[in-house]
Amino acid sequence: MSLLPYLDIGLASLVIGVAFFTITARDLFASVVGYVAYGLLLAFVWIRLYAPDVALTEAAVGSGVTGVLLITAGKRLGELKNVAPDAEPEFTLKLLTGALAALIAGALGAAILALPDPPPSLAPEAAAAADGAGAGLGNPITAVLMSYRSFDTMLEKMVLILAVVGVWSVGTDKAWGGAPAPLRQPKPYAPMVFLAQILTPVGVLIGVHIFWTGANAPGGAFQGGALLAAMWMVTMMARLVEPPRIDAKWLRPALVAGPAVFLVTGLAGELMAGSFFAYPPSLAKPIILFIEAFMLLSIAAALPLLVAGPPIERPDQ
Amino acid sequence: MSPSVLAGLTGATLVGLGLYGLILHPHPLRKLLAFNLIGSGVFLVFGIVARRGATAGFRFDPIPQAMVITGIVVAFAASAIAVALILRLSAESDHVTLKPDVWTRPPGGNTR
Amino acid sequence: MEQAGTTPGGYLLVLSILLPLAGMILSFTAGGRSAERIARFSSPFGFALACAIAFHVSRAGKPIVYALGDLPPPLGIALRADGISAVMLIAAAVILTAAIFYARAKFTTPDGVRESRGSLTFWIMLQAIWAALNIIFLSGDLFNLYVALELLTFAAVPLVCIDGRPETIAAALRYLLFALFGSISYLLGVALLYGTYGTLDILLLSQRVQAMPVVWIAAALMTCGLLAKTALFPMHLWLPPAHANAPAAASAVLSGLVVKGSFFLTLRLWFYVLPALPADKFAMVLGCLGSAAIIAGSVVALRQARLKLLIAYSTVAQIGYLFLVFPLAAGAQAWSGIGWSAGVMQILAHAFAKAGMFLSGGLLAEALGHDQIAKLGGAARVLPLTFLTIALGGLSLVGLPPSGGFSAKWLMLRASIASGQWLWTLPVLAGGLLAAGYVYRILAPALSDDQISLASSPDRSREVIALALTTIAIALGFAPQTFFDFLEIGRPVAGP
Repeated sequence: MSLLPYLDIGLASLVIGVAFFTITARDLFASVVGYVAYGLLLAFVWIRLYAPDVALTEAAVGSGVTGVLLITAGKRLGELKNVAPDAEPEFTLKLLTGALAALIAGALGAAILALPDPPPSLAPEAAAAADGAGAGLGNPITAVLMSYRSFDTMLEKMVLILAVVGVWSVGTDKAWGGAPAPLRQPKPYAPMVFLAQILTPVGVLIGVHIFWTGANAPGGAFQGGALLAAMWMVTMMARLVEPPRIDAKWLRPALVAGPAVFLVTGLAGELMAGSFFAYPPSLAKPIILFIEAFMLLSIAAALPLLVAGPPIERPDQ
Repeated sequence: MSPSVLAGLTGATLVGLGLYGLILHPHPLRKLLAFNLIGSGVFLVFGIVARRGATAGFRFDPIPQAMVITGIVVAFAASAIAVALILRLSAESDHVTLKPDVWTRPPGGNTR
Repeated sequence: MEQAGTTPGGYLLVLSILLPLAGMILSFTAGGRSAERIARFSSPFGFALACAIAFHVSRAGKPIVYALGDLPPPLGIALRADGISAVMLIAAAVILTAAIFYARAKFTTPDGVRESRGSLTFWIMLQAIWAALNIIFLSGDLFNLYVALELLTFAAVPLVCIDGRPETIAAALRYLLFALFGSISYLLGVALLYGTYGTLDILLLSQRVQAMPVVWIAAALMTCGLLAKTALFPMHLWLPPAHANAPAAASAVLSGLVVKGSFFLTLRLWFYVLPALPADKFAMVLGCLGSAAIIAGSVVALRQARLKLLIAYSTVAQIGYLFLVFPLAAGAQAWSGIGWSAGVMQILAHAFAKAGMFLSGGLLAEALGHDQIAKLGGAARVLPLTFLTIALGGLSLVGLPPSGGFSAKWLMLRASIASGQWLWTLPVLAGGLLAAGYVYRILAPALSDDQISLASSPDRSREVIALALTTIAIALGFAPQTFFDFLEIGRPVAGP
């Protein structure tokens, strides 16, 4: 007598409905807000798929930080007051594109229905390796990210750094070295300040906790880091702190700490454990947590900077 | 209909919706939104692959889920770069568009 | 033919990836002038590593493998270097080193300033491109390759708009959107492949793949995505504005190497992962699109007024030649090896010739103050080395002997005739004629007797660097048979 199938169908319809709204809304701002709502609904879908780690990441990064990014972008575009509404595409183009989209969605749906049974899986291998290469971690996803496929994760941290440099490079030459624009309006908004003062300490604690328990339960450096990043962004939005100058002495080491520690540990694996990116069996879990701590710092530093954008010129500079 | 199949078909629909938006919307920020929609649809496909791989005492196959986490962060980084470019573009001009003829007008001569 | 685990010399593969990554991190942290010094200092080591890998591969006669973390696939990630990997590693090392030394004049941090935007960005992005390309050439895991593709895109896009002009920002944004579409389409195919076979390792997949509808759809998605990134007609619209408006050193790397990265992945996909699929129709489609690219790209190049745009459209055309390798190298017939050699030779010859042409195009634009072809009258007499470089590069693009371009086209003609696919001789020959047309357009006014004055005199060392690259393109025409045998190392030859 389960309600779950109805819940699932309802959830799926809601997700598709909000996505449809996001695509077809006339106003840019409305569609961005719709996207944030869509992301949160998607987190529920992930929970139904037994993926709490992914649900956390989707809610925190996929809809949370991305939402702040898009809303900030929308506001800055509005301030620039030059978003001329573009012409509506003509009907035949809409029809053709709709047909193409339907075709691809249909083919994809057919492919998904045609996936083989019994489905292949690496879960048995992951279970077998859990005590060996998996360092006895209770959370198999952390084992995958930090041990079996640690090379991928290290590369991903490099991609984040590169994105920060890429965003900074879009600024002007004269502005280089300065700080990005503040995330919000010039005057501090009192309720926002209050929220920042109350929420930030709690959020930081929860973020660190999520990182720490990620070894054995859902969580990890990405999710915790996203939460810490959100707390920094909240304080910046409340104008309690300002975005840092990009030539600040502490900023670059903070950003680079995660990938650098990861790379050095990976290199050291050759000496300590016989292979690059391997861990000596007895020290595997402490080393993984050590690397994750620095990753936490780097993610918490990088995400708000990606949202803050390139440095801008200030009249008093 | 199991949750996996339903989520998979939802993912397929999202990919279709996103593709429609990516091609049709002229404004780059809407294209970016549509791209994020496609991305989340693709991640859902990974998700159902993970859920279907439930064996050996696990409720899911951890490899695809780890890939989704990586993918979400990379997609965010991509969005950040795109937003920076869009904002810079709109600061430089009075019209945010990707139409090539507006921009490729060097001194004299044709360009196409 | 199981190759799990690590073979001797495998550690070099990891080092060749970690070196530019470490350089990127150090450049970012140290900032300022150190970024350039780090890039310059590490480039010879990168070249040495590439040569060492090639040496090990040729000595072993089969690919060298490294299982990261001592955990072999399917759970772990393996790096594999075979013949074409090694050759591409060396080509990338040479072209990137040339770009680093050429660009010193333009991207050195100015005096009196601790750090400048353009220079820091340039040195970091260049090292990131090096790292991303090395991963693409070496990685044996499809998701790892996705992350590498994103790294490559995030490094290439800021180079397009590095000088901050509005048209470059629009071009960069369009490039980014095409590239993101390409990556996400690729990723979707990867998801379907994993859902069907439970692994993403190239070798394991090649053993498990069978012709099923899911696999066809996955292959189509991945190929479509990679074609968008390689700018194959009709998804080439982003390339000309992006490559023409970037600074010369960046254009050389973008046209010479970055588009080859996604093409390399297309080769890996079809010849290494999916040889079990009966792909004749698909190969025919790719060949037709390639032919269309050759004709369309060359025709549009003929009509360009700016030199750099002409060179960029020439890239669109030459990329079309690359896709003729699919019908010409399929299967295990005698002519497949010829088609394979043709494809790799075309990659290399175009990479060096185009890089050299973009570098000298940049010198020309700086020396004359413009790059309008109509106003090039008599320029060859005042810029002899630069025009020699353009002439040699043009020689290879047209496919006249002796040059790498000639070898590539000759091998393509031989493979078409030997395989009975006479159709492909037409675009190869037509493309050569059209290329002769646009090369003539550049050289004819330059060699005339008009008087022209220089805005500034080019630096001799930079001219020599550009000349060296196109000389390599010519020298490839003299490649001995051992070179082609080397390319065969590790190539899977599936049954028809």
